[in-house]
Amino acid sequence: MAITSVKNLKEFSTTNERFEGAHLLCPGCAHSMIVRELMNCSDDNLVISTNTGCLEVSTAVYPYTSWDTSWIHIGFENAATAAAGAEAMYKARKRKGTLKNPDAPVKFVAFGGDGSTYDIGFQWLSGAVERGHNFTYICLDNENYANTGGQRSSSTPIGASTTTAPAGRVSYGEKRNKKDMMAIMAANGASYVAQVAPNKWKNMAQAFQKALSIDGPCYINALSACTTEWKFDPKDTINISDLATDSLVFPLYEIIDGTELNITYRPKNVLPVKDYLAAQGRFKHLFKPENAHILEEWQKRVDEKWEYLQRREEARV
Amino acid sequence: MAEKIDLQEIEVWDGNYAAAQAMRQAQIDVVAAYPITPSTPIVEGYASFMADGYIDGEFVMVESEHAAMSGCVGAAAAGGRVATATSSQGFALMVEVLYQASGMRLPIVLNVANRALAAPLNVRGDHSDMYLGRDSGWVQIDAFNAQEVYDMNLCAFRVGEHHDIRLPVMVHQDGFVTSHTAQNVCPLSDDNAYKFIGEYKPMDELLDFSRPVTHGAQTEEDWHYEHKARQHKALMDARPVIESVFAEFEKVSGRKYKRVESYMVEDAEVIIVALGSTVESARLAAQQLRDEEGIKAGVVGPRVIRPFPFDAIRDALENCKAIGAMDRSCPGGALGMLFNEVSAAVYATAKRPLVTNYIYGLGGRDLAIVDIKAIFRELKANADAGKITTQIQQFIGLRGPKLGFFETREGK
Repeated sequence: MAITSVKNLKEFSTTNERFEGAHLLCPGCAHSMIVRELMNCSDDNLVISTNTGCLEVSTAVYPYTSWDTSWIHIGFENAATAAAGAEAMYKARKRKGTLKNPDAPVKFVAFGGDGSTYDIGFQWLSGAVERGHNFTYICLDNENYANTGGQRSSSTPIGASTTTAPAGRVSYGEKRNKKDMMAIMAANGASYVAQVAPNKWKNMAQAFQKALSIDGPCYINALSACTTEWKFDPKDTINISDLATDSLVFPLYEIIDGTELNITYRPKNVLPVKDYLAAQGRFKHLFKPENAHILEEWQKRVDEKWEYLQRREEARV
Repeated sequence: MAEKIDLQEIEVWDGNYAAAQAMRQAQIDVVAAYPITPSTPIVEGYASFMADGYIDGEFVMVESEHAAMSGCVGAAAAGGRVATATSSQGFALMVEVLYQASGMRLPIVLNVANRALAAPLNVRGDHSDMYLGRDSGWVQIDAFNAQEVYDMNLCAFRVGEHHDIRLPVMVHQDGFVTSHTAQNVCPLSDDNAYKFIGEYKPMDELLDFSRPVTHGAQTEEDWHYEHKARQHKALMDARPVIESVFAEFEKVSGRKYKRVESYMVEDAEVIIVALGSTVESARLAAQQLRDEEGIKAGVVGPRVIRPFPFDAIRDALENCKAIGAMDRSCPGGALGMLFNEVSAAVYATAKRPLVTNYIYGLGGRDLAIVDIKAIFRELKANADAGKITTQIQQFIGLRGPKLGFFETREGK
């Protein structure tokens, strides 16, 4: 049963299993929630490519695989191009009549972490989107190189302590703001971009289904709370995600054809940013008196971004 | 259906166009490519065939050579015929994915118009890029002229796509000297060429959803070694497959190819071993020296670089007295690749010919017939003396004073 007709989480738990539970991801890792939901969103055949990273090393360790669908991994940076190559082959073979199941619908999906999406695979993603391949790229955004022990990426937010930008006696950790991949991908010509989070699972399913149904390149930035590197209890993954969406640190919205921006989730009670930060070990040092200005900047920036998104939504441009 | 082209019995093509025509005839499903001098006309030629309705497959112009090979890997895993072309820096940028393509056992044909590697930046021909690929696990086939570029492309698909092999194949040609020099080429008709190559037979394809497959899994110390050993075995097993494909090709074309091409080696006292267009120059020099000076000169050109034709090279060289191994790549603090491999092959022979190493032609520096004759004469002196009379490695055709390295025990 595809998730289209799923009404509640209990039903969701009985949806088809193309992503097996036997994998090596950390307990409490949000990656598997996001991947499983994507795969349950559609009854179509799926070709999945995955960049090197937590997901890849945890789901396809020979002689085992967690993928009960076609799956390919090449390198750290080129999952978008792997999907593009497979999609080109599908088109060629469909035209030539050499497919084994010519009438079965096929969807192409690429997964990457933020390291392989924001940083090392940025060019490959940009190229595949620019060329208009019919595929959906999903960034499992945990804001660091978690697979290699928590180094900073260009998705790491300001003030986070990582192993390559640690907080220390004279440093509050990461000095730069998170790169805005949503704006970049919208400007890059993606037909559809959306920011999603696994705590808002129906919202996430809608975005996935929209992306899979669109004939063109789609980009989805999925918040993937990282128990290991963000330093919170594995049982709190969804709670942390709730704090991220409800404090508007991670607003949920979509951009259609580069212009039409829709906010897809409006928290009833907007929480202070410091509540989100305080729940994670990676921001602990920000609560020292000397780092108070970082907390203030955080709140100010989140408020400004929310204001911007609302104005974009109203303006319809 | 793609339109066919009614080719002449003899066409005038350069190496690049010969490659593009062979790729068209192979009815490739996906070409993912990025242009780079001097291989660009291959991609341009293919694009013009596409624009004129001669191609049914997909042609994906990507944003880099790394992406070109990445797209080829994704496409090949999806179960169809795949090829591309590159040179030099583009080849270097592809290297990561070259290893992935062979490790994932995907048949992809890569045309390489060989060119120097920077720095200094240089667009001319040498074999630096070819040598960079030598441990990549690809079958590497060398074409000495435009006709062979065409012929080897047709054979490359057969070899790589053979289900016992399933490895990617490079077809090398010299940048500019071969890639840009128009020569007579006798092609097969479109029908005969495709009949020879045959239909692509998918294996473990991503697009067969009745049997989902995982491509590119992780292996650590428990399985990695077994995978790499099997990959090496597949590459070594390509030797008889290459021979049978060459034999079949002779039947349809009348042109005979071997893993090692020997020229006048039966009675040769001195032999030059070289790659690329230099093989043809050396053949001319050898013939002239036999006629003019009575030096029994011969030439050995490895047609197949990987899998290294150890046996065939040994057999071709075992009866001569002195060998000049010519490397067209800066050896980077060692003896040249060809020197090392030729030496290994003749070490097991009873008479162990003397082997010296000539570095030449870097960055497109011309190698004249007089230069090759001078090498043959030096080899003759070694043969007569029964020992190496020069330094073991010499740079030839270089401006300024002579440059040589690696001394024999006698200090020469």
